[in-house]
Amino acid sequence: MSRFTHDNELLARRIVARYPRPKSATIPLCHLSQEQNGYLTDEGMAHVAELVGCTPAEVLGTASFYEMFKLHPVGTYCLNICTNISCHLLGGKELLAHAEERLGVRAGGTTADGTITLEDVECIAACTEAPALQVNYRYVERVDVAELDALIDELRSGTGRATEIPPHGTLGLTRQELAPEDLANVTPPEEQTTPPWIARHAAAAEEAS
Amino acid sequence: MSDTPTTESGNAAAGAPTPLIVSSRFDATDGHTIDGYRSTGSYPGYASLPKVLEMSPSDAADQVKAASLLGRGGAGFPAGVKWGFCPPGVWPRYLVINGDESEPGTFKDRLLMERDPHQLIEGALIAAYAIGVAQVFLYVRGEMPHAHERIAAALNEALAANLVGRNILGSDFSVDVVLHWGAGAYIVGEETALIESLEGNRGMPRLKPPFFPAAKGLYMKPTIVNNVETLSNLPWLFHHGVDAYKQIGTETSPGTRLIALSGHVERPGVYEVPQGTTTFRDLFHDERYGGGIRKGHELKMFIPGGASAPWFFPEQIDLPLEAKPVGAAGSMLGSGAVVVMDETTDAVAACQSLVRFFARESCGKCTPCREGTTWEEKILQRILDGHGRPSDIDLLLDVADNISPGPYPVAADPAQGLDAVPFPPKQTTICPLGPSSVAPITSAIRRFRSEFEAKITRRDPIPVAVASETPVAAGEADHV
Repeated sequence: MSRFTHDNELLARRIVARYPRPKSATIPLCHLSQEQNGYLTDEGMAHVAELVGCTPAEVLGTASFYEMFKLHPVGTYCLNICTNISCHLLGGKELLAHAEERLGVRAGGTTADGTITLEDVECIAACTEAPALQVNYRYVERVDVAELDALIDELRSGTGRATEIPPHGTLGLTRQELAPEDLANVTPPEEQTTPPWIARHAAAAEEAS
Repeated sequence: MSDTPTTESGNAAAGAPTPLIVSSRFDATDGHTIDGYRSTGSYPGYASLPKVLEMSPSDAADQVKAASLLGRGGAGFPAGVKWGFCPPGVWPRYLVINGDESEPGTFKDRLLMERDPHQLIEGALIAAYAIGVAQVFLYVRGEMPHAHERIAAALNEALAANLVGRNILGSDFSVDVVLHWGAGAYIVGEETALIESLEGNRGMPRLKPPFFPAAKGLYMKPTIVNNVETLSNLPWLFHHGVDAYKQIGTETSPGTRLIALSGHVERPGVYEVPQGTTTFRDLFHDERYGGGIRKGHELKMFIPGGASAPWFFPEQIDLPLEAKPVGAAGSMLGSGAVVVMDETTDAVAACQSLVRFFARESCGKCTPCREGTTWEEKILQRILDGHGRPSDIDLLLDVADNISPGPYPVAADPAQGLDAVPFPPKQTTICPLGPSSVAPITSAIRRFRSEFEAKITRRDPIPVAVASETPVAAGEADHV
């Protein structure tokens, strides 16, 4: 199934309602679609387009710009090894080379069993814990070759850390709960007027002068 | 697995005289919850907001201006002045919080979002009240799901406590704070690219001038884009007052800065230091901070402000951590990421690692950057691979000059009798990404030209007989 499920469509509509213009919800909805399907399918993007009021081509145009959106199937776990400057200084490139050797795929490739997609990524903001990597965007820090081997074993056998990490596509496990009835001011920009507290103080200032 | 990292914070050094403004809850186990925010840290959480609601919005904005709170995202522009750029009487105004931190070496904002999300939310509410904003977007980098979780949980708590949403604390101040998340693009940290991304488009910077976001930003309405750390200063500022704030740091750069220190030091970490009164030497060697260059090694060079900053060398180690002197010396404090490299570091490989980042992250809108960064990266890679050509060094500088017409900012080199070229660089592109790629190239070539030459000449020599029989080869060498 590539279109949103009933529950996810309701959630998607709630997300769209938070923005003054629906198209702003494109990226969050692409994440939700990817969470449901593991990657962004054509049908998934077409459904996003319906919900945000644009064409599927526009959704593809946006999605293809961003690294995290996968337009083809990827492994259950994306193993993202950082080779930027701080990790490079402390052995990130050697880790990547070891992972390529061990998994038998180049960076960007997916193992034959569909478990792991290996990626050579840009700075993941864990520079003081170099060399660092992420599994589905969850951090593993100060990694050495033995640690990397152990991690790969766990991911392949579905044990240890593999039990804590959701499959690719799922980001934060806590969502912002913001129902349409909780929104104070979300209307299209052209319908907005002077905020009440600004108007009150402006009136008071005028009276005083 | 460390979704809750514990070792990154350097503030474990208890008893340090440094006043902590933004990182005071980094070591508190419950600092991310609403109760923890109220009960721990260097000021009581959500105590400043009611005070601000008693003031007029313009008084609140004036206080921020009086405090000379400088933007912490990289450019260092005064936040209060930026807020004043909104054209009067034009509504709505939007506030977008830039949490799309991706500069190599930088991760202060991630820690602020993960460990003290309520501080950021209170800061955003104060800013929204002062500017007259009815909707705030909190744009968090996609690769930081733990930060999403913490901010989402904090926003849910704040909503339940009537701290966001309708009629906050019974007043006529109502504001929606929407958590938005990115999807992996460094360029989205540039404020107009961030706005494009928030509108659901490819994250490409907008042509400017004439449209600065404060005049025409999100949906072509006045929009203030502020960094996470900038707004995180506000609750402390309003609790302790402008005078207390200005007592920390220097007159032109008051307050503290979060510095992410990484690379070859004994104690890498994120440290909150007073601006201007701490030097790089303190940062590297003081036991409270870096604790020295890693054992048995010595400093070769360091990056003072993220991958975009020209490199510094041992001669610059006594400069203070303050924007002006660092800029005059030929670099920038930028996003507060300091990367230390010792004498084992291969200058060419370090240069390539940095340039590759910009080549991959170029959005492709401006030709000099799209083509230039790619060429730079290819040339550096072939030098590393042993296929470099003698003309490559000048070629690199030539390509760089097309992205940022020289002279490019660079540190002084007394040994060669060369002066510093002050920051910032010129640019032939809409945004500074392309010119940033030039920083490692000019820095590395000027200082370590011999390392480049060694890599190029160490290639296997072409036998003389073969070379003379094939004159084409000589001509080819001048081509890329």
